[in-house]
Amino acid sequence: MPQRAHIVGVGETRYARWGKIGDVTEHALALQAIQNAVADAGLSIDDVDGLASFADDRNEAVFLAAELGLPRLRFGNMVWTPGGGGGCAAVSNAAMAVETGQAEVVVVYRSLCQGQFLRFGTGGVDASAPPPPRPPTVQQANSPMLASMGFAMPYGLIMAAAAYALPTRRHMHLYGTTSEQLGHIAVTFREHARRNPRAVMGGRPMTLADHQASPMIADPHRLFDCCLESDGACAVVVTTEARARDLAKRPVEILASEQGAPKGLAFGHFTNANIPDDLYATGCTEELAMRLYGKAGLGPGDVDVAQIYDHFTGCVLMQLEDYGFCKRGEGGPFVESGALAWPHGSLPTNTHGGSLSEAYIHGLNHVVEGVRALRGESTCPIEGAEVCLVTSAACVPSSALLLGRR
Amino acid sequence: MSERFFPDGMPQPLADAITLPFWQAAAEHRLVVQRCTRCGHTRLPPAPVCPECRGDVADWKELPGRGEIYTYTIVHRPVAARQPLPTVIAVVSLEGAGGLRMTSNVVDAGPDEIRIGLPVEVVWEDMSADLAIPRFRPRR
Repeated sequence: MPQRAHIVGVGETRYARWGKIGDVTEHALALQAIQNAVADAGLSIDDVDGLASFADDRNEAVFLAAELGLPRLRFGNMVWTPGGGGGCAAVSNAAMAVETGQAEVVVVYRSLCQGQFLRFGTGGVDASAPPPPRPPTVQQANSPMLASMGFAMPYGLIMAAAAYALPTRRHMHLYGTTSEQLGHIAVTFREHARRNPRAVMGGRPMTLADHQASPMIADPHRLFDCCLESDGACAVVVTTEARARDLAKRPVEILASEQGAPKGLAFGHFTNANIPDDLYATGCTEELAMRLYGKAGLGPGDVDVAQIYDHFTGCVLMQLEDYGFCKRGEGGPFVESGALAWPHGSLPTNTHGGSLSEAYIHGLNHVVEGVRALRGESTCPIEGAEVCLVTSAACVPSSALLLGRR
Repeated sequence: MSERFFPDGMPQPLADAITLPFWQAAAEHRLVVQRCTRCGHTRLPPAPVCPECRGDVADWKELPGRGEIYTYTIVHRPVAARQPLPTVIAVVSLEGAGGLRMTSNVVDAGPDEIRIGLPVEVVWEDMSADLAIPRFRPRR
């Protein structure tokens, strides 16, 4: 029986609204988050011999290792899954590294100071700029990604809020899902954030009427259906079962992890109008979910608390169906019933407020919260919680973890 | 020149050697999709190998340019100066292509008219002498 990997430390920097952290570089924030997570574990930076990230991280492990003065870097890894889909996969890769002896202490990190870089969803286009001096023509694409974006960009399909509106609109068409039902998700997560001092939107209550009055961005996505844009960083420390035993905090076991994509998904709705019909109005994670449960010998009924990647409310709803918490098409009534609400819902979800209300750190903050939930450290504590599901972005190649209390 | 719906500043298509023939046909107002010569599977975006039979030879099938809205979003944020808003972005199921879909815009339609299942037909927008973009309008 191989050593089971455990998460032994979590940490973050302060979280702020987009562009509000300008005095520290994104790179320096990564260093802070890593040090905070290692301190939380009761380990020394000298114990770290692996670093893992995802989503084309600008903050390369080799630089971080040198700047932190790591005695050696044995494992540096980045997940080849787009954007927020890779957060849990980065933890999974760290777990594989420690379970196979490639490294002993791997820190998974994500730093995102979006205000310091090109804004997501603009494709580098300035909507107020005058038209180019030369007549429009076909431009050279130097990667399959750009060539496939050629079938999206000329139509203005550039921002995520529009891309993920497509499956959500189809879900509404097939099953009668409503904007109010999506609003329940946003309002519930905001309520959770109000208890969380780290949450960027903690001080701003939201009602269903507020949600319904928020401006339409990409129908059916209103502003409050969309996640935040944030500055901040967080990290989690993964090590072996043996090493986990005598550290500062109660370790959390990685019961199972999965990553990947079903046939025909490619990059998801941005570039692929031909996602198979039976997958289209889903999170495209049902197969992954079944593999995840199968590995752990658990089912949806065993999950006590969930941290579901919430780039958009509709993607949360479709994941709830994928992960078997309700039947296909019944996500709307399920969320409307209050199922996601702490403390009395059947599946308290995003107890930190999620990307909709805590911060958008590409979902690695959901792993942090999953660990806190099982340690009894969440600001929305679930008494006796033993199993937490954490997911990464859906409607793209994705990943997920089942975490267990020891 | 054909009727214009979008400003010059709209993002321009990017293409590589595999996808360029789609845009070359578009410049001639022909809507084409790649078809595997071994198994007949049609695919979009174009790709080097058939994902169904792994055949690496394909030709280009010209379509009649009719279809229906599979799903859509109505966008209220511009990507180009002077872009008319709202913009309808739709996934269109193409007739004659075995259920194959493409992303495009629906123009000449009120937002209240847009619905899943709406029959549409292609309308070519000449952005310049050598770039035409296939968009769709309700079939009436």
